[in-house]
Amino acid sequence: MTTPLIELRGVRQTYGAFTALDRLHLSLPDTAATLAIAGESGSGKTTLARIMLGFIKPSEGQVLYRGKDIATMTRTERFDFGREVQPIFQDPFNVFNPFYRVDHVLTTPLRKFGLASGADDARAKIEDALSRVGLRPKDTLGRFPHELSGGQRQRIMVARAVLLRPRLIVADEPVSMVDASLRATILDEIRDLNRDLGIAFVYITHDLTTAFQLCDDIVVLYQGRVAEAGAVEHVIGAPQHPYSQLLVSSIPLPDLSRRWGDDDMQADPAQAARTSAGCRFAPRCPQVMDRCWSADPTMTRPLPHRMLACHLDASAALQGNDVATVFSGQARPKAASASGQQGTKA
Amino acid sequence: MMADAVLSVEDLIVQYDTASGPARAVDRVSFTLGQGERLGLIGESGSGKTTMGTALMRLTRAPGRIVGGRVMLGGTDIMALSQRDLRAVRLRDIAMIPQGAMSSLNPVLRIRVQIEDAIHAHEGRLPKPEMAARIATLLTRVGLDPVVADRFPHELSGGMKQRTVMAIATALSPKVIVADEPTSALDVVVQRQVMQTLGRLQSGLGAAVVLIGHDMGLIAQFADTVGVMYAGRLVEIGPVAQMIAAPRHPYTRLLIDSLPGIDAKRRLTGIPGLPPRLTDMPPGCAFAPRCPLATASCTASIPALQTVASGHRAACHLYPGLPALPPLTAKAAP
Repeated sequence: MTTPLIELRGVRQTYGAFTALDRLHLSLPDTAATLAIAGESGSGKTTLARIMLGFIKPSEGQVLYRGKDIATMTRTERFDFGREVQPIFQDPFNVFNPFYRVDHVLTTPLRKFGLASGADDARAKIEDALSRVGLRPKDTLGRFPHELSGGQRQRIMVARAVLLRPRLIVADEPVSMVDASLRATILDEIRDLNRDLGIAFVYITHDLTTAFQLCDDIVVLYQGRVAEAGAVEHVIGAPQHPYSQLLVSSIPLPDLSRRWGDDDMQADPAQAARTSAGCRFAPRCPQVMDRCWSADPTMTRPLPHRMLACHLDASAALQGNDVATVFSGQARPKAASASGQQGTKA
Repeated sequence: MMADAVLSVEDLIVQYDTASGPARAVDRVSFTLGQGERLGLIGESGSGKTTMGTALMRLTRAPGRIVGGRVMLGGTDIMALSQRDLRAVRLRDIAMIPQGAMSSLNPVLRIRVQIEDAIHAHEGRLPKPEMAARIATLLTRVGLDPVVADRFPHELSGGMKQRTVMAIATALSPKVIVADEPTSALDVVVQRQVMQTLGRLQSGLGAAVVLIGHDMGLIAQFADTVGVMYAGRLVEIGPVAQMIAAPRHPYTRLLIDSLPGIDAKRRLTGIPGLPPRLTDMPPGCAFAPRCPLATASCTASIPALQTVASGHRAACHLYPGLPALPPLTAKAAP
């Protein structure tokens, strides 16, 4: 097996007494993979993004980028990591300095990383990046942030990331503040970048519909732990963990044949604090059993390409180091790996 | 006007006076709302949906002005009321669950005091046990434990704050509830719970609801009737099933198609281009510059809302010429 692009080994992040992420093992193969990280607020998904980007050093555990621990990288390695792994943030309003023209966020990284051989080359690279995200360079360059719409500003951030020819883009809720009609367009452009340029994506979101459309695989986090992970066709199409089931059944679909049931009033997550050493989801789980209160479920592997932390599943336990094999291309269900325009359902 | 209409809006115009000229955020909008009806009003940012919601309670603030039209609440013309009468009507007859309800609670007052305020203002002082019982009932009705009354807002989660605001808004059993994106900052599971609570509250009170939002999925889950706003104008309104299965306005169709589903992976298609600036409206139909079916007549005159099916109206020059909307392929950005 080839070295994963990025790998998290037993990552734990605490803020004082609060544990934001716990015992997290994750692996992204070096094959232009697309991985969604989904969960509610407080599930640890933004913390995970910041750890992957190297913005924070986890309290415990290792983050390996192409086999190298980012905590012990040399200056040069760290510099390359900073170029090859690019963020896109949620808020397309706060990332701009209102006093600078938008060109500033595009020319600065080119200069810092020495990626352009002169002003003409820089201009050509910027125009190419802007065109890739559906912006017309002559209508965009030279403008101030306030002269552009939220969608345009967010596309500039995507263009900025692309400009650096990264291997991986970590996008934290990139379209949650953009109107629905634009959201689809931006996500489609991101998918094109993955297909045409081979850029891997980690897409952090609470929206399972866009995760399904954009990504091959998904990790569902609950209170800092992986609840379920695998191919989107499996996890969203036929969720096994009661929490994933709850998330999927709560999606508001514009489909009257799939109206929300009026049955289950699950407790508010804030009211459902974990009371014991058991499963974190037990206080909200409709299928809770006695052992869920006393023992934390271990990670199992019901399918080659799926992992699950639930006492309801009786499959063999998964060791931390086996996680890479779950996410490797070999384990993928066949139909699911055929992504693209005419992608089919598994 | 429908005989049983609890709310009737006639040619309402709300205008913002800006440095670059007047902007009509609500432009001659008319609709009626029957008793117990759930109307979902959908639009993108800048479409005028929030301006519309605040105008229904005459809460429009400068630089916005209501410059034309009427809002009839039962038999009362809200536009003609004195400030004093208007205050009596608000909350008692029509109440609002504002956008970002989380930040509309006073951070330094216990929840009990904030609910009492609402009741005091309309009914005067009540004996203490009666008030306490009433508050407990209101909180229980929105799915909260009555002990929440003694908490401060910062001790509550987003979903609980949202429910608290609902308890205040329905404290006087209003006939009309205007809910402006009541779940925009909430997670998907909590969103569903809050919407279901609003639904139960609404049917329990027999109140009509105007739900304002931008998520067609959420509106479809809740509403009986869906109205679509574009650039300040109501461009289509009809029963939810028809609006989803057979929308007549090209904008509605493209808006629905831009929603990603979870059945099959497909090309995601947005709507190319941007809505017009309200200070610089295109001639004729406001959607014409982005519409794949636009013809010369679309820029010649503003289409009026016309009946296209039973209870279903659309403002589009395709009708009455066509029986239904032909298939669309989004055109390239203008």
